[in-house]
Amino acid sequence: MATHRIRVTVNGSIREAEVEPRLLFVHFLRDVLRLTGTHIGCDTTHCGACTVLLDGKPIKSCTLFAVQTDGRDVLTVEGLEQDGQLHPIQEGFWQEHGLQCGFCTPGMLMTGYALLQHNPAPTEHEIRWAISGNLCRCTGYVNIVKAVQYAAEKVRQGEAS
Amino acid sequence: MIPPQFEYFAPTTLPEALTLMRTYGSEAKLLSGGQSLIPLMKLRLATPAYLIDINRIPGLDHLQERNGVLSIGALTREADLERSELVRAKYPIVCDTAMVIGDPLVRNLATIGGNLAHADPANDHPATMLALGAEIVATGLDGERTIPATEFFTDFFTTALRPDEILTDIRIPAPPAGSGGAYVKLKRKVGDFAVVGVAAQVTIDATGICARAGIGLTNVGPTPLQGHSAEAFLQGKRLDQDCIKRAAQLAAEAARPEADLRGSVEYKRDMVRVLTTRALTRALERAGGQVA
Amino acid sequence: MTLKTSPEVGGMGHAVKRKEDPRFIRGQGTYVDDIELPGMLYLDIVRSPYAHATIKNIDAAKALAMPGVLEVITGVTLAKYNLHWMPTLMSDMQMVLPVEKVMYQAQEVAAVLATDRYTAADGVTAVDVTYEPLPVVVDPFKALEPGAPVLRTDKPGKTDNRIFHWEVGDKAATDRAFRDAAVTVKEDIYIPRIHVSSIETCGCVAQFNRVSGQLTVWMTTQAPHAVRTVFALVAGHVGLAEHKIRIISPDIGGGFGGKVPVYPGYVIAVAAAVLTGKPIKWIEDRMENLQADSFARDYHITAELAARQDGKLTALRIKTLADHGYTDAAANPSKFPAGLFHICTGSYDFQAAHVEVDGVYTNKPPGGIAYRCSFRVTEAVHTIERMVDIMAHELQIDPAEFRKKNFIQPERFPYTSVLGWEYDSGNYGAALDLAMHKIGYAELRQEQAEKRQRGELMGIGISSFTEIVGAGPSKHFDILGLKMFDSCEIRIHPTGKAMARFGTKSQGQGHETTYAQIIAEELGIPVADIQVEEGDTDTAPYGLGTYASRSTATAGAAASIASRKIRDKARKIAAHLLEASEEDLEWEPGKFYVKGSPERAKTIQEITFAAYTNHPQGMEAGLEAVSYYDPPNLTFPFGSYICVVDIDKGTGEVKIRRFVAVDDCGNIINPMIVEGQIHGGLTMGLAPALFEEISYDAQGNIQQGSFMDYLLPTAMETPKWETDKTCTPSPHHPLGAKGIGESATVGAPAAIANAVVDALWHLGVRHIDIPITPEKVWQCLRARGVTE
Repeated sequence: MATHRIRVTVNGSIREAEVEPRLLFVHFLRDVLRLTGTHIGCDTTHCGACTVLLDGKPIKSCTLFAVQTDGRDVLTVEGLEQDGQLHPIQEGFWQEHGLQCGFCTPGMLMTGYALLQHNPAPTEHEIRWAISGNLCRCTGYVNIVKAVQYAAEKVRQGEAS
Repeated sequence: MIPPQFEYFAPTTLPEALTLMRTYGSEAKLLSGGQSLIPLMKLRLATPAYLIDINRIPGLDHLQERNGVLSIGALTREADLERSELVRAKYPIVCDTAMVIGDPLVRNLATIGGNLAHADPANDHPATMLALGAEIVATGLDGERTIPATEFFTDFFTTALRPDEILTDIRIPAPPAGSGGAYVKLKRKVGDFAVVGVAAQVTIDATGICARAGIGLTNVGPTPLQGHSAEAFLQGKRLDQDCIKRAAQLAAEAARPEADLRGSVEYKRDMVRVLTTRALTRALERAGGQVA
Repeated sequence: MTLKTSPEVGGMGHAVKRKEDPRFIRGQGTYVDDIELPGMLYLDIVRSPYAHATIKNIDAAKALAMPGVLEVITGVTLAKYNLHWMPTLMSDMQMVLPVEKVMYQAQEVAAVLATDRYTAADGVTAVDVTYEPLPVVVDPFKALEPGAPVLRTDKPGKTDNRIFHWEVGDKAATDRAFRDAAVTVKEDIYIPRIHVSSIETCGCVAQFNRVSGQLTVWMTTQAPHAVRTVFALVAGHVGLAEHKIRIISPDIGGGFGGKVPVYPGYVIAVAAAVLTGKPIKWIEDRMENLQADSFARDYHITAELAARQDGKLTALRIKTLADHGYTDAAANPSKFPAGLFHICTGSYDFQAAHVEVDGVYTNKPPGGIAYRCSFRVTEAVHTIERMVDIMAHELQIDPAEFRKKNFIQPERFPYTSVLGWEYDSGNYGAALDLAMHKIGYAELRQEQAEKRQRGELMGIGISSFTEIVGAGPSKHFDILGLKMFDSCEIRIHPTGKAMARFGTKSQGQGHETTYAQIIAEELGIPVADIQVEEGDTDTAPYGLGTYASRSTATAGAAASIASRKIRDKARKIAAHLLEASEEDLEWEPGKFYVKGSPERAKTIQEITFAAYTNHPQGMEAGLEAVSYYDPPNLTFPFGSYICVVDIDKGTGEVKIRRFVAVDDCGNIINPMIVEGQIHGGLTMGLAPALFEEISYDAQGNIQQGSFMDYLLPTAMETPKWETDKTCTPSPHHPLGAKGIGESATVGAPAAIANAVVDALWHLGVRHIDIPITPEKVWQCLRARGVTE
């Protein structure tokens, strides 16, 4: 079976590897690159624990082959913190108790991050809509909404200063 | 959760892709959004030996209106349809449809071309295309042809596409003034397929009479169904409550639902009635009319 | 509750931000599937498509021929070591890998060992198993009929499918009360099988060192010590000794009871690790998790209430058929095969009650309590709260007034119910009043009356539940004989920093924060200076783990007691440092000072340093303590929930307009964490109420084998929960705390079900079983000629 060479930018660094076509991108991240922050919670593309950004858009990395990411740009949860500074979305989850077991959290963070990129002042409904592809069993979503609202406010303040 | 092995191609032109399709025939499948195909492959329910990824082919993701026709490239992502100002303003039924497909993450990859070509009777766009009287453009090595949506969905997971054709474009005639449409989907939760879905597109003439009605039904048959008798009934009438009620009844009678976890036959049939009423009411409102 | 410490110290009552979060928000948690060891092999499992079938042959040739497939393990392999069967946590027996037959669809049949995940998956599809189907038993009632196929042919002399008959209460007095009652109501209530589906599935990495004989297993387990002991007992004969078994629960992505059982996958992985000497990873995928792992509920209940004409309840009578699947693996405390179901007298004062539960085997996966239920308390609360509502509606008494009329009054506590529980404290009326006030109950009833005139369907449902948690006193509570105490060991370093280890194991409940807060409360050491660890059996003191909302009640109490032991020693050291007598010293969080001379003081940090540098002669150095806490009783959190629904007459969809939850868990350690537990618990009450169900067809095929049909609510289906609290401390817990983890899952389904039935009562609807799907509502409406 022929492997393919891929060059994909992950969290700002170019990563190269030879991969089988059937290698799911989530397995590439976790098992090849050892970026285990992205998680697997189901096998039918429902739970969203595997959410990462592909060219700026949040997608389910379990429903994408690594070969498809050649030449593209990916952001995972490990890429949110920059120079020792947490991103406001991460701070929001911490301040507002938006996580309990932490397993769905990376997916929620990436979806929340992406939402704020194009909607800096989302309503509660818009936040719930945006995260409707990310399942959580622990939090009941209430504090996740608050976490995103906190982050939105923090980003706005950051831009104001 | 792990797909079987396959060979992968990522052609950068249509002729390249089409040649690959001709070479590998039924052992190959096209990969566009992958949000239907990859889950099937992970469950080993689809086991293509060859995967032809068409995402690198330029020119297939346009979304523009020209000469009274909305042209949607097959690779247009559902999220882009959901967010398009043009679609929201002039073709809101398409926006309604896109936004209830899967979930927001799935919509960032899922394509309208894939939704139509995959022809899962539970997919949402097919009914909407029937209601709009859309045309599907199929491209082969010998050139393009146009297939009316009404002839496109031939059977369970089967379309009129030939094995060596790619769905490249969807063409929707711009609705005339006094038009409105809506897609209503009953689902158990966000991300689920339709229990039942109804697409309704109407045009009301200057005197308040229905000049055209298009009704498509999702997931109540082996293909999307057209509510022919309901459409015929509405034509030439003033759309009041009784009229819509009757049309909804006719649409329900046209449905051929099967019992499954989403509902019994009786429930689904009655939901066609309920949703057709709601879709027509909303379509009429958007057409600038009001239900008397 | 007044705060006794500053926010910097962070004792009880402070909404301290969680100490565990920094790693999770960076994606730096360590869950089992994140662990990679050199030379690690992958285990994947071949599963039965049949619910009941003889295994005629397992042909592994094709699989073994695949490059990268190293071994195929079957029941025959394990039988050589007598590991093919093992005890369940209820002292029944379960198969690890079958030799003769399979007894549920998706049962483990063989295991493939390969060099990588993908090859293992390929290997599984290449193993050829020949089955001969046997008659399938899925209906628990049919399972008890004479002539039904006997499933447990492994039990010599077994001639039926009964597991147990259990009863409690005074049957004669109850029957008399029903005979004499002015009003009785009876209802059949089915609470279907559901599955907890934590976002992380189960798995392990097992590593065996052939030279040292040391087995290390990283495992998704809520009870690592119990697992270690079970492995030692079960595999002692193949050389595993308890001092050489180390179970490590790393970060766990949700447990809720689903990560308590010892699943075959773990045992096979351990066996493979011992056989090969290589590290073995087994991670199940979601469909395996849903189809084979421990379920919850599946109780067929017939309940009756007796009352006087004025609505005063007199008696309760319940008969239940409990569908346990093919073996009893419910993980209840051993004396209680139906768990704590006999809390079913609830918040009400009954004169007589009698409960019977019969357990039965069927061809389904085993389990019974793995969904945040406090050992069958969800079933108990759902029953009593539904029945109370039916009775109230029958008598045309407002359901809130009916409850208040029948609540156990505050002055009656500690209250002993007629089924034998001694409730520690409660004030049910206060919680219900607060909930009614918060939601605007009177206005809602008015609105409902007006809407009803117009044919609009709106419902208000109440659930005033009493929970029972904190298992439990050693007199009555054990699992496989292991008493249900729990533990805390604290060691304080010279520079005043503390290390505390516990016998419990958080799967998201925030113990790294809350336990530190308890110690901060008792010793005045800031939360930031207290390191909490759980889950490593090599270092943590023995405990029974975290489930059934027991941690605060047991290990939390142990933290308090251990802290007080340290404080006692600290007092002696302080007296020595201050040259005063112990009796002359006062304590405030963080320091001892001389009565009347507050400037003569020693901080806890000065004392801890002195414990190593300047302790009194004759006293041992160091500052540490351990407590194995045997709770004197369970604790009884409670609450009142009120739910408002609007029903779409066209589709039957139920929309929750508002949901107010008033909870009382006694004294609160961290209000932010408590609120989070309630939000999550309510959502896991919503899910079974409206969405989730596991069912089987006549051949035993599961109908909801993936998230396609097993419907977990998203943020769009979940309402914005409104919460509030009352505070009725536990009189026996050292901190007055009760525990909260499962209250909301226990109390919520009834509130929702009651709201829907309330909306439809005037149409003649008395009861609808959960999940209340739109079609069920639609059927009620159309049967009565109601459309949109």
